[in-house]
Amino acid sequence: MEPFTQHTGWVATLNRANVDTDQIIPKQFMKLITRTGFGKHAFNDWRYLPNGDMDKNFELNQEHAQGASVLITRNNFGCGSSREHAVWAIKQYGFRTLVAPRVVQGDSTIPGFADIFRNNCLKNGVLTIELDTETVDKLFAAMSNQPRAEATIDLPAQTFTLHTKTPIQVAFDIDPATKDQLIQGLDEIALTLQSDTDITTFEKQHNVQWTAKT
Amino acid sequence: MAKTLFEKIWDRHVVKTRKDGVTLLYIDRHLVHEVTSPQAFDGLRETGRPVRRPELTYATMDHNIPTDETRLAIQDPIAKAQVDALRNNCKEFGVKLYDLDSNQQGIVHIIGPELGLTLPGTTIVCGDSHTSTHGAFGALAFGIGTSEVEHVLATQCLPQKKAKTFKVSFDGQLKPGVSAKDMILKLIGEIGAAGGTGYVLEYCGEAIRSLSMEARMTICNMSIEAGARAGIIAPDEVTLEYITSSDRPYAPKGAALEEAKALWKTLQTDEGATFDREIHIDVSNLTPQITWGTSPGMVTDVAGNVPALDAVPGYSASDVQKSLDYMGLKPGTPMTDVTIDVVFIGSCTNARIEDLRQAAAIFRGKKVASSVTALVVPGSQQVKAQAEAEGLDSIFIEAGCQWRQSGCSMCLGMNNDQLKPQQRCASTSNRNFEGRQGKGGRTHLVSPQMAAAAAIEGKFVDITTWSEVS
Repeated sequence: MEPFTQHTGWVATLNRANVDTDQIIPKQFMKLITRTGFGKHAFNDWRYLPNGDMDKNFELNQEHAQGASVLITRNNFGCGSSREHAVWAIKQYGFRTLVAPRVVQGDSTIPGFADIFRNNCLKNGVLTIELDTETVDKLFAAMSNQPRAEATIDLPAQTFTLHTKTPIQVAFDIDPATKDQLIQGLDEIALTLQSDTDITTFEKQHNVQWTAKT
Repeated sequence: MAKTLFEKIWDRHVVKTRKDGVTLLYIDRHLVHEVTSPQAFDGLRETGRPVRRPELTYATMDHNIPTDETRLAIQDPIAKAQVDALRNNCKEFGVKLYDLDSNQQGIVHIIGPELGLTLPGTTIVCGDSHTSTHGAFGALAFGIGTSEVEHVLATQCLPQKKAKTFKVSFDGQLKPGVSAKDMILKLIGEIGAAGGTGYVLEYCGEAIRSLSMEARMTICNMSIEAGARAGIIAPDEVTLEYITSSDRPYAPKGAALEEAKALWKTLQTDEGATFDREIHIDVSNLTPQITWGTSPGMVTDVAGNVPALDAVPGYSASDVQKSLDYMGLKPGTPMTDVTIDVVFIGSCTNARIEDLRQAAAIFRGKKVASSVTALVVPGSQQVKAQAEAEGLDSIFIEAGCQWRQSGCSMCLGMNNDQLKPQQRCASTSNRNFEGRQGKGGRTHLVSPQMAAAAAIEGKFVDITTWSEVS
């Protein structure tokens, strides 16, 4: 996996909540048996008009969003289908970092990212950053005032900096294991296979008698 | 210490907890389908890794396959390449495949239980988010991405962080015409499409205990629509009856069954165990539910109206506006005024035999409205055979429905079963996302009975007050 340490790139915004993986990569593009070729189809149904032209109204098609590698969006991004094709599409489109708010409403919390999607991002070296709603609102407001702006993500330092005229720097939380995995770009399967003896020992005592065909 | 059911299953499958706090969780069952697996098998080939436990890995094709007469001779070359890749991968790596010509083929989450692969206390994964279905048996079952599919193929383990626990009590008894589908839609409406994210939901309460296994599967299936990777129901006599009553080739028998039963009895949340979150939902006055928007949390009573823009908890007015623009609906419109073009009865949510019986009971002796196209797609070849043995196929066909072959079909429209732009569908599936059933298509999620009644009337009706209900 491609390691992630520091990254600087243009920022795009997608001001919608609950963007599901069917939107990120519609099913008609999921028949490929490779891991490549998905970037041009990312957000297909929003990005292209029925005649195949770019829909100029779609946020990612606007001039200031071209070449973006950092996406700021809303809560529950990547919900729905477990398709990793969605992350391949996002990464091949050019995004390395996604930012979304954790929305607290009374005693419940709406996370920035859906579980399976966030896991899939991690496996592909795409960093998901969850910030509080007020901070994300502030980032959206700053981007609205200055639509063409860069951001720098420093993963070891856990900081996100939006380089608007008045820069905004925020710290973000990340689980230490996730952070380590991203920075090192570890081959997770190789890591698990280092525990091969433990797995074999476990298999000897784990009763799978009724899990094998009789 | 008192444990929840989830914690008991988790503890039985911990291989080790690494220094970084990540647990290696052992996987008892790995289900594989054609769409999310080819890149995983490629990964194995690139690294020269074998499948660690091919005998615990089971494959079928369901997502992209035709459900019409072209089933065995797929016309779409890209879909065919994906199906062929699965065949070749299963052969190369020694994985059991339920191919298109098998009488046990079907939607992966429908054949797992049918084959006796889905058993209490097991861990089950699949590269499909509706793997949560299998939780109905008291299994810990969740969807994974393709990298994780490769991980399980190579190691039979997954690095996992333990989820939080969320107890969902459904109290009271359902009224006639109200079903498991309405219960789970109601829950998603209450807690939102991300209300379960990070949790394993344990469904309990009087209403759950009264449900059949098939209805319990409908509930667990849609856990992911509330954001929860897994939903779980403690096994009981209903579970045992399901596992032992039919010929389920992989289910334990004889002494192995007795041993299994001893374990299964312990698979209950202990008295005094604590959950991170709890909710009670009284179902005694629950009415049929219907989604009106493009997120499963956008749901209301069928007797209700399309809500006002600012009256939807958990969704901003602008998100509701976008949704209604897409759906072609206006706030205040009674749901029973909404006319439909297509009815889809199928999917891993609602294509088991009981679902088809419920739909057939509505269709019996009636006709699909002339303005409506209705598809009935059985979840598996076994469901299809059973339905035909009971004569349900004749009821559907005489009513004017299309009776199809088993597969995922119009739930996600990876084959030709798709909505056209602006077509409106009453669907028994699980997702009302934009374009899910076809680009520009408009999906309303409902129960099988509600879908059948809508097919007859050409618009949504409340089946609990419908004059035509027998």
